[in-house]
Amino acid sequence: MTDVSDDQRVLEVAGLHRAFGSVQAVHDVSFCLARGGSLGIVGESGSGKTTTARIIVGLERADSGRVLVRGRDRSAAAGRGRGARLERAREVQMVFQDPFLSLDPRVTVGSVLRETLRLHVPEAKADHDRRVEELLDQVGLGAREAGAMPRQLSGGQRQRVAIARALAVEPAVLVLDEAVAALDVSVQAQILNLLADIRQDTGIGYLFITHDLGVVRCVTEDVVVMRHGRIVESGRTAEVLADPQHAYTRLLLDSVPRPGWNPKAIAVARRAL
Amino acid sequence: MTNTLEIDGLRLHLPGAARPVLAGIDLTVGARETVALVGESGSGKSLTSRSVLRLLPPGATTEGRVAVQGQDVLTMDAKQLRQLRTHTAAMIFQDPRAAINPLRRIGDFLTESLRLNADTPAQQADERAVRMLDAVGLGERVLRQYPGQLSGGMLQRVMIASALMGDPALILADEPTTALDVTTQAEVVGLLDDLRERFGTGLLFVTHDLGLAAAISDRVYVMYAGRIAETGPAEALFDRPRHPYTAALLRSTPRLDAPQGRLAAIKGQPPSLKEELTGCPFAARCPFATQACAEELPPHRPVPGEPDRLVACHHSDQLADQLAGSAAHD
Repeated sequence: MTDVSDDQRVLEVAGLHRAFGSVQAVHDVSFCLARGGSLGIVGESGSGKTTTARIIVGLERADSGRVLVRGRDRSAAAGRGRGARLERAREVQMVFQDPFLSLDPRVTVGSVLRETLRLHVPEAKADHDRRVEELLDQVGLGAREAGAMPRQLSGGQRQRVAIARALAVEPAVLVLDEAVAALDVSVQAQILNLLADIRQDTGIGYLFITHDLGVVRCVTEDVVVMRHGRIVESGRTAEVLADPQHAYTRLLLDSVPRPGWNPKAIAVARRAL
Repeated sequence: MTNTLEIDGLRLHLPGAARPVLAGIDLTVGARETVALVGESGSGKSLTSRSVLRLLPPGATTEGRVAVQGQDVLTMDAKQLRQLRTHTAAMIFQDPRAAINPLRRIGDFLTESLRLNADTPAQQADERAVRMLDAVGLGERVLRQYPGQLSGGMLQRVMIASALMGDPALILADEPTTALDVTTQAEVVGLLDDLRERFGTGLLFVTHDLGLAAAISDRVYVMYAGRIAETGPAEALFDRPRHPYTAALLRSTPRLDAPQGRLAAIKGQPPSLKEELTGCPFAARCPFATQACAEELPPHRPVPGEPDRLVACHHSDQLADQLAGSAAHD
């Protein structure tokens, strides 16, 4: 992985552990994300990638370990009040896989964004209308979509709204949990390009949770490969994909369908692992 | 010899839609052949495969012919239809958790259709279930287990075993691996391929994943807005697409072997069902579109020099020239 000096780190995760009963969902997970960088977490179901993401966002508690954003500990017991909670929310935002489930079906797109602004920046109330317009513009939506209900929008448009909502509080880190997995490829490409533009314009950092190695290659600079709650390999994305060191990373790469693909050999390799 | 599946000029209308949801589909699957039907959501690929079992949405009206082993499904009576669904054609759905009753044991699920529709004695049906579970690599004890006790990959194997119960001539697989992990996907695809070979079934594989279609199929149909945009042998079609939609779809997929950098996204969205279409349905998003494309529906024409390929595009030769030009550059 890239060596990142302390003041360059926007997110640092150190020694995370989380057990559910006897299952170690996350076991000694550590990594860091450079300011304006993009880090992928790759793994299959049960690898612990989503639990890790949820701990970072604050939707899940870690048994031990630390999550630091801009050098400050997010899990510090001191910050239990409403103000501290809102401040934590402003540091890290999340975009989920299914924008149909993550948007309230009875609230228009404009109101979704206004509500977020009202909660986080009530003092700038006079500015909210302009800011809503700006956010929609940033994700390629216009006034027509602002007045629309989520069901009137396509999957790609809904995911744009979810991204706009996350950007509304100007977070340092955006966690994208399989955020393009449910989209058609032509729409997925639009969203991936949009995310690349936003990162370039704002310097926001991405934590990209995905099972799709093509997506990882396309949008991340560094990657962490997880299996059974542990990190099995990490490094520069280009290097890990070109020259995987761990057998599991190789298996994942071989599993990507391509002409001349041999699914039976993969099944054998999988059992051998 | 007749094809296992033969669809001729299938049109499907739904109430409230301004244009047919399927607008003249021609498609065949031969015995032991794997055919991929590729498209994005709303293209009509799932409706096409479901129409083979006449699993149509309420209010749907159809024209054309859908023949499984020479028998037209669209005109069958209830008894023939039951026979078709029990013995001739079977479907594997995307999400086995949604397709298998969680409250009944796997054994009940597997044998139900034989016991009810074919009057097979319970013991004989059980024996067949054990053999089919064995064929998909699962043990006999699964019979007494509940769906909740199995992983997604195992449950999809159960789904495949159930599809094989009636010894079908045709298996319709609608995104059968989309809900699975990549390594599990490889295992399920390998299994399907094995079984197709062993039991001599034809396989229609519906997917949105171009890489998967290229990897597993003999022939591919690419669908867009209720029509076949292009069809041909998998390798030729993905190497040298002749329809701008296929070419654009390939360029917008984040692949491991594609050049790094921005993806070539396709502008805009597929046409809504509320719009009537004159001309080519892809014209509004197509870089080659001319006046003719907006006015005149391109017919399916053979690709010059490749008689087993058909493409519906007025400017197919331009695309061919462009691709040949960029290949010469590399």
